[in-house]
Formats: sequence, C-alpha cells, structure tokens
Amino acid sequence: MPLRTSRARRARLSLLTAGTASLALLATACGGSGAGGSSSAPENFDYLSVTENTTVKTALTTMSKDACKAANDALPLKVETVPQASLDQKLQLLAGQDALPVQFAAGNAPALTQQLAKSGKVADLEAKLKELGVLDQLEPAAVSTIKALYGGELQVLPYEYNIEGIFYNKKVFADNGIKVPGTWEELVSAAAKLEAKGVQPFSASGQQGWPLTRLISGYLYRSLGPDALQKVADGKAKLTDPEYVKAAEEVAALGRKGYFGKGVGSIDYDTAMNQFLTGKAAMFYMGSWALANISDDKQNKIGAENTGFMPFPAVTGGKGSVDQYPSNVGLGITFASKSFDKNTGDWVSCIAKNYGSTALKDHGSISGFKVNTEVKDANEVTTQVRDTISSSKRNVLWFEALFSTKATTVSQQNAAGLVSGSTSPEQFMQTVQDALAAQ
Amino acid sequence: MHRVLGDRRAIALLLGPALLVYSLIMLVPMVWSLGYSFTKGNTINGFTGNGVANFSRLLDDPAVHDALWFTLKYAVVVTAGQVAAGYLLALLYVFFLKRASALVRTLVFFPVVLPTVAVGLLFQKFFQVAPQTGPVNSLLNAVGIDSIDFFGSAGSAFWVLIAMDIWRSMGFYAVLLFAGLVDIPDEVLESARLDGATGLRLVRHIVLPLSLPVLMSSLIFSVNGTLKVFDSIVALTNGGPGTGTTPLTLYMFQTSFTYSDYGYGSTIALLLTVVCLLVSLVVYRVSRRDLTEG
Repeated sequence: MPLRTSRARRARLSLLTAGTASLALLATACGGSGAGGSSSAPENFDYLSVTENTTVKTALTTMSKDACKAANDALPLKVETVPQASLDQKLQLLAGQDALPVQFAAGNAPALTQQLAKSGKVADLEAKLKELGVLDQLEPAAVSTIKALYGGELQVLPYEYNIEGIFYNKKVFADNGIKVPGTWEELVSAAAKLEAKGVQPFSASGQQGWPLTRLISGYLYRSLGPDALQKVADGKAKLTDPEYVKAAEEVAALGRKGYFGKGVGSIDYDTAMNQFLTGKAAMFYMGSWALANISDDKQNKIGAENTGFMPFPAVTGGKGSVDQYPSNVGLGITFASKSFDKNTGDWVSCIAKNYGSTALKDHGSISGFKVNTEVKDANEVTTQVRDTISSSKRNVLWFEALFSTKATTVSQQNAAGLVSGSTSPEQFMQTVQDALAAQ
Repeated sequence: MHRVLGDRRAIALLLGPALLVYSLIMLVPMVWSLGYSFTKGNTINGFTGNGVANFSRLLDDPAVHDALWFTLKYAVVVTAGQVAAGYLLALLYVFFLKRASALVRTLVFFPVVLPTVAVGLLFQKFFQVAPQTGPVNSLLNAVGIDSIDFFGSAGSAFWVLIAMDIWRSMGFYAVLLFAGLVDIPDEVLESARLDGATGLRLVRHIVLPLSLPVLMSSLIFSVNGTLKVFDSIVALTNGGPGTGTTPLTLYMFQTSFTYSDYGYGSTIALLLTVVCLLVSLVVYRVSRRDLTEG
C-alpha cells in the first residue's frame, strides 16, 4: 500500500475519533432534565414504598378491599418496594426519566422532596386536599411538623405521625430502685446504677446511626431551646460551637462508660429492638412507631403492660422543656403531579377519611390523619402516647432533619464511631459541619 | 490466511462489530464522564457548567486524600499477600504434594468461585462481637483474651478485609503460579540438586528466577484488580466504620449516586483512571526489559 494512502487513512480515522469525542462532550453539556410530560392518566394506583416499612402498604391493601373498594376498582392499587438505603437513588432515576409513580415514599432527606417540588414534579397537596374537601382530616400537629420540615409547604401526607422518647422496662426500674429520670443527670446516674448491677442501660443501633444522633439532638433541644438546629440550618450557628459540641461529648461519655453494650456499631435496628423487648436492655430511645412491635406479644417478651414511656429528660438550666417532643412524620408519602387525576383524588379522599382508624386498629400505628371510628387502645403505653400527641403544642425535629443527603449520611455513618470512642466529639461535629458546608 | 489478514477491508469487517460495541459501551461513556467532570447538577435539576471548580475541590478534599491513601494501601498489601500466598501454595503443590495436589488445588481454589457478598457475610459473622460472639472472638475468649470489636475501628477492619480477600483469591494465584512452576524443566532441577542445592537455596537461585515471568504477570493482574476493588468492601464493611475503609471507587459511587453530585463523582473517577494509568505505565516500563535474561 502506498504510504500516502495509509497516512491519509490514519488522518481520517483520528479526525473521526476526535469528532465523536467532541460530540460526546457537547452532548453532556446540553443534556439536561428530560422533556416535561403532559398529564397522563395512570392505569394503576402505583405506590413505591420501602421494604422496611410494612405498615403502610399492608393497611392500604386492607383498605383497597373494604373502605376504598370503589376507588380501587377505578384505579387498582399496585405496590412496589425498594430497600430504604436505595430509595433516594431510585427516586432520582425515576424523576430524571419523568416516570415517578402515582404515589411514592419521599426521599430519606426532605431536601430531595423539596428539589422535586421545585422542578414541579410533586403535586401541590395543600391545594388538592382543599379541592377534595379533606384538608381538615389532617391533625394540626402533623401539618405543622410537615411544614417545618418541607420549607413551609405541605408536601407529604402524614401516614405516620410519631413522637419520640425513651421506652423503659418498668420491672427492671422497680427491681433496681430507679425512679423515672426527669433530668439528664438523673438519666446518667440511673444508667450508672444499672451498669453496676450488670444490666445494659441502653439499647441502640449503631449500624443505623440515627438512634445515636437522636440523643445528640435531644440534648441540644433541651439545652439550647427548640430552634437549636434551625439556627445551624440558617447558618446562624455552627455545629462546632462549644455549646453544640457539649451535646456530642455527653453522648460520647455514655458510650465511653459502656452503657450501650459491646460492638454498638454492628447492632442493626431489629437487633436493638429485640434486645429491649427481650429484657436485655433497660432503656430504648425510639419513636412511637415502635408501639406496633411493643403491642405484638410475639415480639414483646417483657410484656406491653411492663413497657413504660418517658420524654427525653430536661437539661438543668437549659432553654428547652420536657413537653417539646421530637416528632416526625416517618417516611413522608407524596404524589406525582403528572398523574394526579380524578381517580387519584378519590383514593386520596378515601385515605384521608379512613387511614387513621385502619392503621390504629390493625397495626397500632398512629398516623397524622384523624381517627374517625373510635379504636380501643391495645395497652396503657399506647394511650399515654396518643394523649401526649393530641395535647402537644410545640414539637421539635431531629438532628439530620434539615441536613442535605450528604450531611445526613455522614452524620449517621460516623455516629457509631463517636460512641465507641474512635471519633472525638469535636471531630464528629467538624465532619458533619464540613458535609453541611459542602453542598 | 495471509491473504485474509493482509486485506484491510477483511480486517475492518471482522473487527468492526466488536470495535463498535466496545466503543459504545466503554469509550463513549468514558469521554462522556470526562465531560461531566466540568459540570455540576443532577438528573432532577439538570446539569450546568462548573469550569474547573470540581478539580480544585478534588485537590483540597480530605476525604479524597484518605480514599486515595486507602486504595493504594489496600492494593499494595493485598497484592503482596495474594501473590506471596499463591506462590507458597504453588511451591507446596510442586514439591510436596505431588499426587494429592489436584484435590488440594481444587479445594483451595473453591473460595474464588463463591460470590463476594456471601464471603463478606461469612466473614462478618466470623468476626462479629455483637449480638452474639463470633467464632474468632470465642477462640480469643477461650485463651483468656477479651473480645475485640473487629469492625469498630478502621485498623482492625482493614486487616479483616485483607484476610478475607487473600483467603478468597490465593487459590487463583496458586493455580496460576503452579502452571508457571510446572514449566520449569525437570533436568534443570535435577542438575541443581546434583550440585547440592536443596530447599530454600533451590527456590532462591533456580525456581524463583525461572518463574519470574509468571510472577510478574500475576503481580500486574493483581494490582490492576485491587486498585478497583468495590464489591468486597461493600459486602464486608460498606466503607465503615465511618469512612475508615472507603476506597476511591466507593467514595465515587456515594458522591454520584447517594449525594447526587455527578460532576464531582466524575472527577473522582478521573483521578482513579489517572492512578491506574500511572501504574500501567510503570508496569510497561518494567516488563519491557526481557525477564528471561538474568
């Protein structure tokens, strides 16, 4: 082959490669969000849920057969689940393809739902509920918690409404002569007494991380007042400020003294729950969703009547008060704007009127919807919690409530290290503050 | 044959489909990802240009430095361990277990075939300290040592990871190096033995130099694979405790898909590519020299 031709061929080949490469580079620059789809009638009432939460999908399935049968016939319920850890990824993928399901669990961090709302993919629930005439079916406390979380807008429905506190084993307390602690100092000395008698004071899941960071935020709200973490979100305070680091130090001290038992970083959620319900630990910080487990005789070996509930204790000289319960709406559930049509509206009306009583009766699960048919409480602790919810005036959020996805993950991943002593309190707060500043 | 392979059109026809698939699946996404590293955003909000901000962030980010250091540390230790263990096993097969070696070779190779997640779960249970004391801690308790929380600190978690990966892959390298050792002609070994070389001296002066090509290939293969480790780490510790065992691959995955920061994630991927490229260049330099000479 003459040299000239082969050189020309090589030149052509390199030109072609360069052309393809630059085309690809240009395509990434121009590739943006997918084309907005027009409103399309859904064929099923698709519900994307998390695997770990069985209550909501079971209750919806029950309702689809009796109370909401008419709505179900028009738009059949179809449930799909993903593990909670992959929920955010899945939602982003679906949002990018403009294929969000009719109803779906909002992301792990409220920031994701707010992003979706800003891009118009989430239905304006307040307007839709007013239109359907069922806005009054939501408990006011639930609505205010949602608005605090989602930038002042009602972006999710309160299928769950939970307050958090410390469940305790009444018999263990009585046997060891411990009164219900009213202050943080009393709590720590109660834990010391229990540890001395060979009883594990606290059960917590270090693998999940958030049961430990809840203790930090609980202390912050009690010592600095109910806007302690809003100040951090607004940039008026930093987590590395000394009064904030103190909270991390207090929780690290609990871990240092061994009050969480061995290897807290490997304990997952179910194991921690189990440790408390089989009497191996005396106290368990958890939310009222745990009432479902506590009311279940198969799981609760210490007995529901033996399970007590106390609010997170006060900090002496602190600005917060004991009746400000940390509360949340579980994994909020929201609707895609594209597929919110008349049939979806019928489903939503039915859910708003009936979900409260169905969930409470079948699962002992407390929701943010009004309970329209009277339900008898399974045990004393459920009554205590329900009464507390209906009488609560000012509630507070939790540590990662106003964080980005990255800061939430970083906080929950490093919590076990704080408690086991491999991360110092200053380092922990610095790491989380850095993650907050990054995005 | 010469006529077919000498004809350019024939070559194009034969290579074309495979080259097209390779370009579409491997090359185009790589260049696309390079493009992403100059942007910021995610699939919901779209992507906007970001200049070189991602690159300056890369230089300052302590998490990237930690991940890079962990990746290099892991690659060196695991490669050394895997190849050394494989070589010792291969010597065992050749010199001690002459007839039973087939059975032993298969048994030691078996972990290579197991799914990484299964092996990860196995080692998690083996070394656990809560809720139940695992076998390793029970053994330590039996000789009077307190239980150790292996996954509670980055150091001990690192060594469990190393143990798991070496246990899993040493069978593979043993078989690979065994093939290389078997190639050494018997006459050479015989004559060396006649000259009085036995045991360690035989290995050091005869066997090692003659098996150097296979040894080098194993090292190259191993380094390449361990720099890009992902599944072992996710299966065993998921980067924990905290970010103590997070390599660049896992950090890139989390940045892109969990924190939805695709631009920065692509930049980290670029860093990893550059590291692999540097290692490959070093490898080419070393292997250019003819290994069978001296």
